[in-house]
Amino acid sequence: MKCNVLVVDDSKLARMVVASAFTKIRPDWELTEATNAEQALDILGQGRVDIALVDFNMPGVDGLELLARIRERHPKMPIALISANLQHEIVARARELDAAFVAKPLTEDGLRGFLSGAALRLRKAAS
Amino acid sequence: MKSGVGELTGIEQDALAEIANIGVSRAATSLGQMVGEQVLLSVPAVRIVTRRAAARLVENNGPPKLIAVQQSFAGPFSGRALLIFPQTQSLELVRAIVGDQHTIEDVIDLEEEALAETGNVILNACLATIANLLRRTMQISLPSVIRGDGATLFEVDNAGQDGDRVLFLYIDVTVKARDVHGFIALLMDLPSITALKGIVHDFIDDVGR
Repeated sequence: MKCNVLVVDDSKLARMVVASAFTKIRPDWELTEATNAEQALDILGQGRVDIALVDFNMPGVDGLELLARIRERHPKMPIALISANLQHEIVARARELDAAFVAKPLTEDGLRGFLSGAALRLRKAAS
Repeated sequence: MKSGVGELTGIEQDALAEIANIGVSRAATSLGQMVGEQVLLSVPAVRIVTRRAAARLVENNGPPKLIAVQQSFAGPFSGRALLIFPQTQSLELVRAIVGDQHTIEDVIDLEEEALAETGNVILNACLATIANLLRRTMQISLPSVIRGDGATLFEVDNAGQDGDRVLFLYIDVTVKARDVHGFIALLMDLPSITALKGIVHDFIDDVGR
């Protein structure tokens, strides 16, 4: 099963890190990048996204707000908040949205764990 | 032992150094992962000083032309956190982070943005660990990059009478294999110090229980 993954991060460096790990872990999947919430919602509106990874600390709409909006429209989509801000409250708010928390700096193991769980969820939902 | 506002008792100073040490160790692990090299830390120094004295402390340990990523934090106590490097070492640090396969032109293009994200990861790691340890929540701003001497970084000229003396907490950070040497600094103004003292006492009480 091939998936389309959306990564939303205002930082080019952070997107480079995600893209590099992603290509190693799932070379056959597709990765789309967005730099802010508005762009992300546009891409999501086109209906080709299976999984979303969203940075917390972004100008304008922050990652938790964006995830809440995604959750409203896509109640079953596997989503994750990605951040170095590992305060208990931030992690708890991500969990409330049924989103995973992936710590920055992003490691291959961290991303692999989330993507494997997400793929499993999507397979279960499809069966 | 009692102390007035702006003074720290021995145990308060000790507890703050320990809390900072735990936060910065987490930050150093993050930086180590980003550069793929070992990162060494000094013992944290905790002092109440004027902004000018803080600026001098940072400059005395290196060249005066500095580059810093700063983030403000607010909550039960507030202030600013800075990751500071000499400007001459900034490109080397960015190269270590983005990888040696990139050309110098790419590294120069990415410098400001890569530093902002690096600061974001490192300062968040430090501040979030401290917040969790103290069982409080902090709002942390977006990162911004500033260049200048210590006085510019610490806003010496903008400091009012009350804002002049700050709690200054700093740690040397060295990326050994790259010869990159910087600091993590936290600055808090006096009203924050009063709030922080109360929270630190709760922490000390918890540890002693």
